[in-house]
Amino acid sequence: MSVDVRLRHAQGAFVLDVAFQSEASGVTALFGPSGSGKTTIVHAIAGLVRPQDGRIAVDNRVLFDSNHGIDIAVEERRVGLVFQDARLFPHMRVDDNLRFGWRRARNRMSEADIARVVEMLGLGPLLARKPARLSGGEKSRVALGRALLASPSLLLLDEPLAALDAARKAEILPYLERLRDEARVPIVHVSHSVDEVLRLADRVVLLDKGRVTGQGSVFDFAAGEIGELLPAAGAVIDTRLEGHDGGLSLLSFEGGRLVVARLHAPLGSKLRVRIRAEDVLLAREEPHQISANNVLTTRIVSLREIANAQADVHLACGRARLVARITQASCARLALKPGDGVFAVLKSVILDPRALRELSGLE
Amino acid sequence: MTGLSDAEIGALLLSLRVSCVAVLAALPFALAAALLLARRNFPGKILVDAILHMPLVLPPVAMGYLLLVVFGTRAGLGGWLYQTFGIRFVFSWTGAVLAAAILTFPFQMRAIRLSLESVDAGLSDAARSLGASRFDRFRNITLPLALPGVVAGAITAFAASLGEFGAIITFVSNIPGQTRTLPLAIYSALQTPGGEAAAARLAALSILLALVFMTLAEFAQRRARSLYA
Repeated sequence: MSVDVRLRHAQGAFVLDVAFQSEASGVTALFGPSGSGKTTIVHAIAGLVRPQDGRIAVDNRVLFDSNHGIDIAVEERRVGLVFQDARLFPHMRVDDNLRFGWRRARNRMSEADIARVVEMLGLGPLLARKPARLSGGEKSRVALGRALLASPSLLLLDEPLAALDAARKAEILPYLERLRDEARVPIVHVSHSVDEVLRLADRVVLLDKGRVTGQGSVFDFAAGEIGELLPAAGAVIDTRLEGHDGGLSLLSFEGGRLVVARLHAPLGSKLRVRIRAEDVLLAREEPHQISANNVLTTRIVSLREIANAQADVHLACGRARLVARITQASCARLALKPGDGVFAVLKSVILDPRALRELSGLE
Repeated sequence: MTGLSDAEIGALLLSLRVSCVAVLAALPFALAAALLLARRNFPGKILVDAILHMPLVLPPVAMGYLLLVVFGTRAGLGGWLYQTFGIRFVFSWTGAVLAAAILTFPFQMRAIRLSLESVDAGLSDAARSLGASRFDRFRNITLPLALPGVVAGAITAFAASLGEFGAIITFVSNIPGQTRTLPLAIYSALQTPGGEAAAARLAALSILLALVFMTLAEFAQRRARSLYA
């Protein structure tokens, strides 16, 4: 599974000139402000926009190549596109909307697979309804299901959450996380929300004014290591639920273990946690008698001075990356420099409460 | 009981038949023209648009005269049709159908065009990305969504064609049982001494028909719209 995009397209004064790849399955986020060309890119991959120049390949299948005159028709591309505005067919019931692409797919999913998607997205109670009788969040879920049932080799999500309010977004995000973890389709997700990217993405491509300004893993993105767009947001760590200990649960990752309040989820569940840079303290010596549950052994990778006399200290903990935001005065007092071993004291570890509720519902 | 004579009932039935066939015959052409105008941009589009609307603004008598020129048995196209296929329009009910179809064609075309234009093109793109070919999209997305407009256009055209007079009398004359539709029957009654009562009956009948069909158009449109709620 891979996506390989290189394209140049001028629309009036706006010039889009981008190239990026993403290997493997998982979620690639196209991240950037409005007008950075994100939507044009996904429309070009889907075939709705024809770039003036470039090459687009999905899974080693060339969909577009201006040098060789290849331009596979939209309806032949088998690329699923979920639009910002859902675009459900108003004259069909949810069930017929869902099966629209499925009926036209070359390799039709089995009924059991359909049932799994319906269950995954919580669509069961909606099947007999017309789109006019769905809420915004329900429409988004149906649109996701409809695209999935067409058995696409790539799923493009064009800010499917943009039209929703915060509460609806929070309602959909857990479904998107399940989609990422269960659907085994590579996903390109357009977003201008840092929060969405941190929760969903594996890789991030930063876009600005029609150009790629950086690309890398979501872990590097969280640490502010790619592009020059953002101060470090903190760390994203993918963990696995390893066990329970009284009122606590243990999450393990390459580089250490985290202790969090007891989770009602099956052992082995994948959980992504976030650690804000402000929530990390540094100590030269291993702190004892401290209220914090989580102290990680780390090594300083780099120091970066930022505004307001603060500094971001980038830390490596096994393969995980952390960022601690401390004052420049503290940096000087501890004489921190790259290569030093330090203990990172985590004041808090963020798990998405909605995701947890979903997980406990699955048990 | 109705107080209508056999001839008057004949005129009513002929009117209904002529209008019905005229609307059905014009429908495919109206659909094609509406698609052309709604979906395509080409040089001379304004001119084509104007020509297609001509029947709406041209005096019906002039239209009837033009039809006579083109489709008369001694005219080029009419003569060829008559000699080759034995099809004759003049002085026949089929001629009345042709006149009514052409004159009410713009009603259908306009209604269909408006409803096609109101169908969200984004839905067609969505269907495309789900693997639907051009015809598939038209058949399963655009057409069903434009259906209320198609139905309303057909009913309006039907009602308008019931009232067609000038083109029919000019093109195919006023032959009882052949081309004497309701309006022509009213005209004939008024030409006959003591025919006022018959004219009044037929006029009342026309008003009733018009009301019934316009109400039907509104109802059909609401019914079609409720399909999406």
